Amino acid sequence: MKVQLKVWRQKNRNSPGKFVTYDSPDLNPNMSFLEMLDVVNESLASKSEDPIAFDHDCREGICGTCSLVIDGKPHGPHKGVATCQTYMRSFKEGDQIVIEPFRARAFPLVKDLVVDRKAFDRIQQKGGFISVRTGSAPDANSIPVPKENADLAMDAAQCIGCGACVAACKNASAMLFVSAKVSHLGLLPQGQPERHRRVKAMVDQMDEEGFGACTVTGSCEAVCPKSISLDFIARMNRDYLVALAKGDPKKPAAGGA
Amino acid sequence: MATLNSNVPSGPLDTKWENHKFNSKLINPANKRKYRIIVVGAGLAGASAAATLAELGYEVQNFVFHDSPRRAHSVAAQGGINAAKNYQNDGDSVHRLFYDTIKGGDFRSREANVHRLAEVSVQIIDQCAAQGVPFAREYGGLLDNRSFGGAQVSRTFYARGQTGQQLLLGAYSALSRNVANGGVKLHTHSEMLDLVVVDGQAKGIMVRNLQTGELTRHTADAVVLATGGYGNVFNLSTYARGSNTTAIWRAYRRGACFGNPCFTQIHPTCIPVSGDYQSKLTLMSESLRNDGRIWAPAKVGDKRPPGEIPEGERDYFLERMYGAFGNLAPRDVASRAAKTVCDEGRGVGATGLGVYLDFAESIKRLGDEKIRERYGNLFSMYHEITDEDAYKAPMRIYPAVHYTMGGLWVDYNLMSNLPGLFVLGEANFSDHGANRLGASALMQGLSDGYFVLPSTISNYLATQAPAKRPPVSHAVFSEVETDVRNRIQRYIDGKGKRTPGSYHKELGKIMWEYCGMARNRPSLEKALGLLGNLREEYRSNLHVSGEAAEWNQSLESAGRVEDFIELGELMCRDALEREESCGGHFREEFQYTKDDPEVRSGLVNPGDVKRDDARFAHVAAWEFAGPDRPPVRNQEELKYEEVKMSTRSYK
Repeated sequence: MKVQLKVWRQKNRNSPGKFVTYDSPDLNPNMSFLEMLDVVNESLASKSEDPIAFDHDCREGICGTCSLVIDGKPHGPHKGVATCQTYMRSFKEGDQIVIEPFRARAFPLVKDLVVDRKAFDRIQQKGGFISVRTGSAPDANSIPVPKENADLAMDAAQCIGCGACVAACKNASAMLFVSAKVSHLGLLPQGQPERHRRVKAMVDQMDEEGFGACTVTGSCEAVCPKSISLDFIARMNRDYLVALAKGDPKKPAAGGA
Repeated sequence: MATLNSNVPSGPLDTKWENHKFNSKLINPANKRKYRIIVVGAGLAGASAAATLAELGYEVQNFVFHDSPRRAHSVAAQGGINAAKNYQNDGDSVHRLFYDTIKGGDFRSREANVHRLAEVSVQIIDQCAAQGVPFAREYGGLLDNRSFGGAQVSRTFYARGQTGQQLLLGAYSALSRNVANGGVKLHTHSEMLDLVVVDGQAKGIMVRNLQTGELTRHTADAVVLATGGYGNVFNLSTYARGSNTTAIWRAYRRGACFGNPCFTQIHPTCIPVSGDYQSKLTLMSESLRNDGRIWAPAKVGDKRPPGEIPEGERDYFLERMYGAFGNLAPRDVASRAAKTVCDEGRGVGATGLGVYLDFAESIKRLGDEKIRERYGNLFSMYHEITDEDAYKAPMRIYPAVHYTMGGLWVDYNLMSNLPGLFVLGEANFSDHGANRLGASALMQGLSDGYFVLPSTISNYLATQAPAKRPPVSHAVFSEVETDVRNRIQRYIDGKGKRTPGSYHKELGKIMWEYCGMARNRPSLEKALGLLGNLREEYRSNLHVSGEAAEWNQSLESAGRVEDFIELGELMCRDALEREESCGGHFREEFQYTKDDPEVRSGLVNPGDVKRDDARFAHVAAWEFAGPDRPPVRNQEELKYEEVKMSTRSYK
């Protein structure tokens, strides 16, 4: 099969970008979408043209490196999978496929289809953890966790941090991403001591990074490669309100033993 | 010749680690912050080490080539992590995990290291549970376990089919916490391109910023490499596309010895190759072998669909050949058995390179729902890739490159023969001998990073005066930077025709064909010839797009592929010199035949690997001798004090 690609090309953050159209070489419908781009890039390189820059790594839907907005939809046509798990059999002979980067102010462009998602790391650094020093943990079975809670925590924890939720949102909100981490830790007994401090710090950093507000349209859930539920946003909002009501934690008294 | 001293402490095996910790030098807390440690990589080993070293008070600089440390390929491990908790009351113990690992590695690992790994395993689970890793639980709220290959106890902890992801996110959260409090300085999109060795000690690295192409020098009191394995030398593998050997290879070129490079793990249950365009292979977790039965048609050339082949005309070959372990035979054994069946012409699928992994019986016994709960994500992954429904027809699987047991040589302190250079996780030649058991990679990565290195590194640092690391203006830094710049310029200036990707494909085909699941002297000699030519051609006919001072994926690949070609040659040399079969290293000249007493007594099958303990009970540690001279093969003899080296039997 052959398709036509209309791809966003932009040399770097400071130069203007534009769509460029390419006719693909002959493709096999069992190729993954990224393998199709590999083949296109090989043919560009053989003509001494600059290959299309795109992010990718594990190619099995778990590392969250790949991105791409394909025909207007982050991670392409299918629900619950990432771009790397999308196969050419989902397209028809002669289709024109439009490929753009994830666009959001908080994700500055690096080149072509690659954007910088470090804002997510900075949010995590504000509170996406349980403070436990190596070596200080009690026996793992000394903290029983009801299976239902553990399963729900896992539903949230499987977020791959790809940023599709942000790319899909008209406000470029990162609420689904942040709520997944907040809920994962907030659902577990180990996460309780820092529960309110965590949500406050992470949400504040999210705002700081320039992500927009949530208006609950659900476009994030629709494109999430791990089908993370919107319910987690409601859960986070509740935790955030409690955190606000509690106010900032008191500073410890000066001095010590 | 390099000096290889394993530095294994004396005394009884089960007290060595405790004694060693007690005898290790301590660093005064006020001095710790004066030592700077570079950690390269942020997978399980790197992130856990960086976080823990920072907690101890050291100044840590962490470098990753990804945009975020959460992307490291540990994230893709599916099945689980072993620990000798014996929560199942099925007879497990530290000693049993130790023994299973030594035996699984076909008696080619260091006893004391493996025992330490088994001891530390229990602490890892505690640590991860406290961090909030959402391990699978039973209704009582306690942790669940599953079985994995090479063991007859249930000691594997898991988080659905995404255990690696969850453990990595745990380590990443610890890392993030220490970044926030200033203990770790994180450098993302930063690829290490060389090691700086000053007066025989590792004291820094050269780094390229992948976004801008800028080269920077970094100095430290010690350098820790946790950069993963090198299975992408085969091009097609279950590794992420970005996984590469560059950090450890350039360290090798600066004097660090490379241990057992030919020890490669070929995983039995992967989705078969479908075409030449393919960029990677996808693993179907070993945990599937708990409920799936592996078979092939009994008759050669039987092309009927699996549903039409009656029970009596199926060969459940693992159950037939290895009764005691059956479908849970270790990976190397299961892979070779599948290859044998396909070589006999009984393979299935369009290419004939595949066997069935069949869930029909389990689905009948447990129901669709139970199977979906256990393996749902794997079944959907299989469906996405092959467009086939494994609830209705058996999966087709074939072995694929999955892990490398070889890596940089390290002593008991995880320090290489270059003082100041430490190597963790899959990047070191490790604790897995000639074959790694399932669910042991995650265990080793976290053991090295959370518990071993943070305790042993002080033995080296105590010999170094605090805050006396060389400045980046030191002459050696300038020399190394010049080397790196020249190399990059050589790639950019190349006027050739072929892309790095096309060479990578050719390299992969040579390695798989001649140094893959089965090797022999003529095949390895042939590979060495082909690789020599490939290396020459790479120098004269390479085409790299774009410029040095920009985001340039073609340039990144150029360096990585050249390193892979050179490493491929070393692997073939190592495989050639090791004139025995052991674990994943199968030399066709050395296998059991029907006339051997071990076969007659029913201990092993004809075709099983045949070790030669008299000649090869050692680690081969290869030393770089210059670009135009053959490398030197050093040996570290393996002394077994506790375990008797025996013929490995899974029958």
